[in-house]
Amino acid sequence: MTNVIEQLGAWAVVCVQQMGRMLLFMLSAFAWLARPPFRFHQIMKQLHFVGYKSTFVVVLTAGFTGMVLALQGYYSLRKFGSEGLLGSAVALSMIRELGPVLAALMVTARAGSAMTAEIGIMRITEQIDALDTMAINPLQYLVAPKLVAGVLGVPLLVAIFDVVGIYGGSLVGVDLLGVSEGAYWNSIASAVEWKDVYGGILKSISFGLIVSWVCCYKGFYTRQSAEGLGSATTEAVVMSSVLILVGDYFLTSVLL
Amino acid sequence: MIKLIGVEKKLGGQPVLQGVDLSIPVGKLTTIIGRSGEGKSVLLKHMIGLMQPDRGEVWVGDVEISRLSGTPLNDVRKQFAMLFQGAALFDSLSVFENVAFPLREKLRMKGPEVVRRVEEKLEEVGLSGMGHKFPAELSGGMRKRAGLARALVMEPEIILFDEPTTGLDPLMAKSIHDLIVTMHRRFGFTAVMVSHEIPEIFAISDWVAMLRKGKIELMATAAEFQRTTDPEIHEFISVGGTVALPGSLVG
Repeated sequence: MTNVIEQLGAWAVVCVQQMGRMLLFMLSAFAWLARPPFRFHQIMKQLHFVGYKSTFVVVLTAGFTGMVLALQGYYSLRKFGSEGLLGSAVALSMIRELGPVLAALMVTARAGSAMTAEIGIMRITEQIDALDTMAINPLQYLVAPKLVAGVLGVPLLVAIFDVVGIYGGSLVGVDLLGVSEGAYWNSIASAVEWKDVYGGILKSISFGLIVSWVCCYKGFYTRQSAEGLGSATTEAVVMSSVLILVGDYFLTSVLL
Repeated sequence: MIKLIGVEKKLGGQPVLQGVDLSIPVGKLTTIIGRSGEGKSVLLKHMIGLMQPDRGEVWVGDVEISRLSGTPLNDVRKQFAMLFQGAALFDSLSVFENVAFPLREKLRMKGPEVVRRVEEKLEEVGLSGMGHKFPAELSGGMRKRAGLARALVMEPEIILFDEPTTGLDPLMAKSIHDLIVTMHRRFGFTAVMVSHEIPEIFAISDWVAMLRKGKIELMATAAEFQRTTDPEIHEFISVGGTVALPGSLVG
């Protein structure tokens, strides 16, 4: 019994240490961001990688998510004779929940895993040590631009996700299932409030930070082996995804 | 001068360095030898602050760096360059961009001055016209040369070489050694090299230090080192073959 308690205690201590280290990692990276030299080129490069290069997969996911929402929503609403509310159902689901969550999950899978792998390989092949020896702080050069790209890129992708998703819903609801076009768009205009949009933006910023933070951290402290890098990438994707879903619950409960 | 006093370091609970006392002479080429796993690379990383000792002091000039971090440590590192075992070239950048990297990122240098300095260094290491290639397209020896060019481009006072010839064939290893010695003579930097290349290192080094059981067992000039009467050290340096006479390899 004492052993079990000891092990639990040791596990808790390790968890707290890990969380503290992660927090310091992020704060240090942001602190380095405020110091010259300012590397706008690096930020733009990462923004291109996280944002622009994720656009296709986000558009694809958003389109089909909106379409399936419209399909499911139509048959549910028809039971109550409320097909006219399909637009608001699709738009609110997309803007409040599905846009931020699914876009962040897609960015985790596409860009987050690549961030971990890139930084992890740089760690294993001593490229990060090389930066250190050149008196260039790796947090400033490597990590900070990725954090900024996550915080700026994910909200932009979420905006695209929301718009494409709503049009996907319109394609199925209006063009295939025959819901009135006016009813679809009017219900969106009357149901969606600025509060919903702000909530979605806040969530997407938070999720963008989670993805880039967790993925950079896992890559930066990867173990010195191919197996270690594989584990780090898996852990980064799993941890980011879980934190996005847990964070979504808490943010929703605060925002509602 | 680099000076280590009573440096102790454990890795994964295992003691690696157990009280290293070592002074690196200014402007000389000092080679650290020892068996695999003795902690030679760990020792080298302590000199540039990539690792911090559990106990002991690391002095670079008048600055004790073992507890430094951030900007004060970076200020000390400006005197250094390091050639890593795998060269540690940035694989997303071309050879030219790799060599230009410290000039652009550290000195914020731009334009023709960067091109001039980079091409000059590439020529010195025998990589003229190779600037457009990426590290993945280079052989092991060419990578080491590119790494050396990157180390030299900032004209540092101290260069650390972590097993610069590991994984190279004997001819390529000799050419890298020759290059290091030539550059050392031309620029007069303080060089610290970790190597297994016995007996070649006796021909190129001014001083040789042996790390054994976590301590510096012997440090002497290359000629004195070869005359040691310690049976274990003698056995270690004799296994590599005939002991070279100083100066026989280069010049």
